[in-house]
Amino acid sequence: MPLRKDIHKVMVLGSGPIVIGQAAEFDYAGTQACRALREEGLEVVLVNSNPATIMTDKAMADKVYIEPMTLEAVKEIIKKERPDSLLPNLGGQTGLNLAMDLSADGFLDEYGVKLLGANPETIAKAEDRQMFKDTMESIGEPCIASKVVHTVEDAVAFTEEIGLPVIIRPAYTLGGTGGGIAYTWEQLREIAATGIMYSRVDEILVEKCIAGWKEIEYEVMRDHKGNAITICNMENVDPVGVHTGDSVVVAPSQTLSDKEYQMLRSSALNIITALGIEGGCNVQFALNPNSFEYAVIEVNPRVSRSSALASKATGYPIAKVTAKVAIGYGLDEIINAVTGKTYACFEPTIDYIVAKFPRWPFDKFVYADNSLGTQMKATGEVMSIASCFEAAIMKAVRGVEMKLTSLIMPKLKNWSDEEIKKGVSVVNDERLFVICEALRREIMTIDEIHDITLIDTWFLHGFQNIINMEKELAAAAELTEDLYLRAKKLGFLDRTIEELSGKAVGALKRLPVYKTVDTCAAEFDAETPYYYASFDEENEVKPGTGKKKVLVLGSGPIRIGQGIEFDYCSVHSVWALKDLGCETIIINNNPETVSTDFDTADRLYFEPLTPEDVEGVVNAEKPDAAIVQFGGQTAINLAAHLEKLGVPILGTPAWSIDAAEDREKFDEILEKCHIPRPKGDTVFTEEEAVAVADRLGYPVLVRPSYVLGGQGMEIAYSEQDIREYMQVITRHKVENPVLVDKYMMGREIEVDAICDGEDILIPGIMEHFERAGVHSGDSISMYPPLHIASKHKDTIIRYTRALAKNLAVLGLVNIQFVLYNDEIYIIEVNPRSSRTVPYISKITGVPMIDLATRCMFGEKLRDMEYGTGLYPERDYYAVKVPVFSFQKLRDLDTQLGPEMKSTGEVLGVSRDFGEALFKGLTGAGFSMHKKTGNVVISVRPADKQEAIPIAEKFEKLGYELYATRGTANTLNRAMVATNAVYNAFEPDKHPNILDMIENGEVDYVLSTSVKGRHPELASVKIRRCATEHAIPCLTAIDTANALLQCLESGMEIPNCEMVDINSI
Amino acid sequence: MKKAYLLLADGTLFEGKAVGYEGSSTGEVVFNTGMAGYQEVLTDPSYYGQTVCMTYPLIGNYGINFEDYESRKSWVSGFIMRELCEYPSNFRCKTTLDAYLKSQKVVGLAGIDTRRLTRILRNSGVMNGIIYTEGFEPDAAAIEQMKQYVVKDAVAAVTVGERVVRPADGEQKYRIALLDFGVKYNIERELCARGCEVTVLPALTDPQDVLSGGYDGIMLSNGPGDPAENTQVVENLKVLIASGIPIFGICLGHQLMALAIGAKTQKMRFGHRGVNHPVKDIDADRTYITSQNHGYAVVGETVDPAIARVRYVNLNDGSVEGLEHIGRPIFTVQYHPEVCPGPMDTSYLFDRFLENIDSHKGGNR
Repeated sequence: MPLRKDIHKVMVLGSGPIVIGQAAEFDYAGTQACRALREEGLEVVLVNSNPATIMTDKAMADKVYIEPMTLEAVKEIIKKERPDSLLPNLGGQTGLNLAMDLSADGFLDEYGVKLLGANPETIAKAEDRQMFKDTMESIGEPCIASKVVHTVEDAVAFTEEIGLPVIIRPAYTLGGTGGGIAYTWEQLREIAATGIMYSRVDEILVEKCIAGWKEIEYEVMRDHKGNAITICNMENVDPVGVHTGDSVVVAPSQTLSDKEYQMLRSSALNIITALGIEGGCNVQFALNPNSFEYAVIEVNPRVSRSSALASKATGYPIAKVTAKVAIGYGLDEIINAVTGKTYACFEPTIDYIVAKFPRWPFDKFVYADNSLGTQMKATGEVMSIASCFEAAIMKAVRGVEMKLTSLIMPKLKNWSDEEIKKGVSVVNDERLFVICEALRREIMTIDEIHDITLIDTWFLHGFQNIINMEKELAAAAELTEDLYLRAKKLGFLDRTIEELSGKAVGALKRLPVYKTVDTCAAEFDAETPYYYASFDEENEVKPGTGKKKVLVLGSGPIRIGQGIEFDYCSVHSVWALKDLGCETIIINNNPETVSTDFDTADRLYFEPLTPEDVEGVVNAEKPDAAIVQFGGQTAINLAAHLEKLGVPILGTPAWSIDAAEDREKFDEILEKCHIPRPKGDTVFTEEEAVAVADRLGYPVLVRPSYVLGGQGMEIAYSEQDIREYMQVITRHKVENPVLVDKYMMGREIEVDAICDGEDILIPGIMEHFERAGVHSGDSISMYPPLHIASKHKDTIIRYTRALAKNLAVLGLVNIQFVLYNDEIYIIEVNPRSSRTVPYISKITGVPMIDLATRCMFGEKLRDMEYGTGLYPERDYYAVKVPVFSFQKLRDLDTQLGPEMKSTGEVLGVSRDFGEALFKGLTGAGFSMHKKTGNVVISVRPADKQEAIPIAEKFEKLGYELYATRGTANTLNRAMVATNAVYNAFEPDKHPNILDMIENGEVDYVLSTSVKGRHPELASVKIRRCATEHAIPCLTAIDTANALLQCLESGMEIPNCEMVDINSI
Repeated sequence: MKKAYLLLADGTLFEGKAVGYEGSSTGEVVFNTGMAGYQEVLTDPSYYGQTVCMTYPLIGNYGINFEDYESRKSWVSGFIMRELCEYPSNFRCKTTLDAYLKSQKVVGLAGIDTRRLTRILRNSGVMNGIIYTEGFEPDAAAIEQMKQYVVKDAVAAVTVGERVVRPADGEQKYRIALLDFGVKYNIERELCARGCEVTVLPALTDPQDVLSGGYDGIMLSNGPGDPAENTQVVENLKVLIASGIPIFGICLGHQLMALAIGAKTQKMRFGHRGVNHPVKDIDADRTYITSQNHGYAVVGETVDPAIARVRYVNLNDGSVEGLEHIGRPIFTVQYHPEVCPGPMDTSYLFDRFLENIDSHKGGNR
């Protein structure tokens, strides 16, 4: 059946801000879905609070609402737009949950909105634990046996039924306190007893322990006719126990025979059929490695991170097909876009191996708990495609941008054999490398490692093959062609081969050929040029069309500080280039993104963004030019290399990037332009640092040079702080200088500008809510600015123009200023696109990337329709509010500072500033329904005075105030009645601040401290405690003021205007 | 390590490393796109006379076990893969693929650009080739012979010598005569599992003997080679069709039945070999993912609509995937509902066969 006749206007729900576990994959899915729906002539209403997404672009939907993803807000939008259908299964868990809530209270029925793709019963059957179990039981699919019990005797009785080992999970304890795995009856009795003791409700869950079973996933698809197919299956290298988002995953499964493969495939299709899902679905299995026994772990009745991976791994566009199926098409009626001939009703078969490697944030969050388990911690991932497992892993590891080029992790060289052996059993982000080191030192055998880790020996042999090659290279008397080629086929970089062998590659050097990802293992001719590198005979790269070829570098895995916004920029640049008549080429390795969709660029190379990998593509394509300024730091880092390869860089030249980062060069330029900056100096030693700080006066900002994204940056308030900081920094890197700057605690201002070489256009000036000191990515940012006098705006425009000109900016530049004592100072210049480009583009309507790209082709701003200078301010306010994933990262200090910590952002849009702020905070997860309650305040000495008016405001609103002793004294002395409570470092004294938080007596926590980071510090404990109990914890005075402004206004979502961005 | 080569009839030479048995072997080079199931492929008699190239690059990952054989031996002329796994891992693994190839005297070739070979075969159609180990280089005569090679007398080579009876699993409900043109074990297993006692009969068993054997229905198996070559079998089938007994044909069995009703078969360019082929059941408007292995197909236009109609078609290329006879309890499919390897979505066809038998019995009563 083709398109249903009763569908005309469809609402699509996005997934909201990027958080750990819900990242760019839903922008990719939503974007595909919107396009698929509009192709059919349907009117699309999109709701997503995340402004950095491509799906919230004007061109993606007829109506675009960047509004909070809350039940109230979506109801208001439905009332306003009256869609006839709702597509809920492309917006991750957020979208699905919202749809469930909308359906549950009859709202959808009342407004005549049909739920497409899945019905509430289906969703409930998959999401509700008990219903899921019952459903699986009814169709004979095994789940993991488990039972809730209240006594040790019952625990034993149940275990007698299911057999040892079992996992004991106490109910309602934090982080599984009191639980564990019981291998013996004795252990069972002991753990069950402790578990019951720890549980607030004397309750434990006894579950069959399947740790060590293989974790296998199937991506399946079904239409309303009942046609059901598998897109791809995947095998986790880490067995059950590590979240699949934190596992290294390969596709297809490698250690399953056809019997096992088909057994699980049949099960997955049974499940999707029983649940009646129409569209994509993900089924996770645990498979006993020693038998055919299996259990269904989880079913996601929607597209997911895994489906994005499966789409990129096979070339099958799951989200697009899901959207088409939802509006009535059968799988046998949808054309496979890759072949252009066959239909979507087939199972992709691949003739390569795919590896996915997670990107964790522990390089930045050094104090966060880096152990891996059932809570996902990765912020992003990369995918690699290769002809063998070894090469796939090598490509993934170097592509994840953790400064590794092979499986050798340099720091492990200093570990003793004992430490390595111990490390093999510690499940964390580094274990894979520890395992390799154990194999490398030959201190453990594959079987020994398997016994401990339960990682299948097939994978361990793969690692062993890589290590054997490392050794062969190291031992080789001569680097022969045969050896070189074998190393290349296993995925070694020339650089690694040279390092290991000590010999130059020289004339042996070979670059790869490229093979096509075609869904069908070459059985049919593919129309889509989607390529991966292989050291082989035949090159499949199609000749160019004769148009100018432009290479756009993507931004790699999503990480703190480099998120989805750069994908937005890369994709828009590709679109602009196509409009300019160019043939576009993208290199990127992030499977979650729109940029790696096979129909974004004319040619897609799914490859790591390293110099050698890029060289291969350059050799195969011979592009006429390249663009690097849209791919974040990843792409910028490759600028010089591309120039060396003879590829002209379009836009700002490489030297300019260098000048902006090099203090001396930058100072020269500033001097020339007469632009002031906070005074500072470059130092190498602790003593020098102290001397400079004394001269400048505290507080000072200290940071290592040449590191972006605020990494390793701190504010020092005293000599002791400086000394501590220098000791840490010099321990790691001595060769790099450290910058010490006067820290100006003023108002921070940010601009993104487009420069054509002569003129500039500033679409908008942004003002930060938090004062300088909080990383710009973690600040609440508002457009247009509220507190900037026009003389300062003029100064900002003047400075921007001067800087753009002197840095030879052609394209985009991002500049951060601070307004301090009525003067504008410059803090930082980034001659590239930035985090704020998508949101400013959307709110001002200035297509920044398009203009910037056209400037690179010689067009002039004055000839375009948006003029020059500062673009007229709109009569809408847009407030960007950061979103964090603190709950998922244990032991991470939540206090905001110069180091960026947020994973995503939302936008609040309104004609009224207060309303925009309220929407922004609502979208970021602040619930402001409750107007009274308890507030706990514990602030550092520097903040005490400013805490008084805040406390006063809370008091006026009717909140009861609690504070730790010092803060309480200050407040009481200022006549703000406050109850003193004991601090976290006095756990035995009551009432204690931690008790209050744990007992759920607190509504807001305001906590700031001079020191932070270390999880043992009392202030960090307070903030962690609040975070883990989902209590809003404010860590900057200004953020608290923002919240208070909203609370005081008494605003409610139903009273707010829902704004369609397209109508502004 | 020894080298091995594949020389194609068009002169293309692939150099790789020798795996399996050392020697030289001529065959029709075909590719299979399944990502698992190499053990079943190796032992599927339908591959008689063919050198199989697996498009999935990593082969041998789970070794060879004792349960997944589809016949008593391997029939392929040669086996080509990109990488042969030396350290297989699976709880059922009993030996390595390399050891198995050696034991079966299958000449193997690894380490070549299998995708390039596949693309050659896709573009020019299946092609003859000779696969040989270093030291077994073919002379001019051998090369000429290779170019002239055709798979001949294939059914005779693979069929059983004499009848074999396989008891039903559990209670016996049916007695089935299975004409063996190169049967895969799983056809027998599927029937036995449904309460059938299966009598495997040599391909050229006299049709009167079949009809007088007291069987409830006849199963026509898969098998290798050009269907049109089997003129005697086709004649025999005409007798069986006329008898009105329920018949179910798979693959070669399907093609032979088509020939028996006057339709024609033709050689395909590169055939269908894999486990992901979509087949549409026109009656039910449902599409199933099927396991396939065939190089010939029934020409749809040559099927007399008065005798049978095309009920199943391939969604990719529209080729005939199955026939439903008019007024007789007979149906045949080109694909493999018994799978092994492949998706089990169409195993219900065995149930349908038995339902046909039930209603036929009922009608007779």
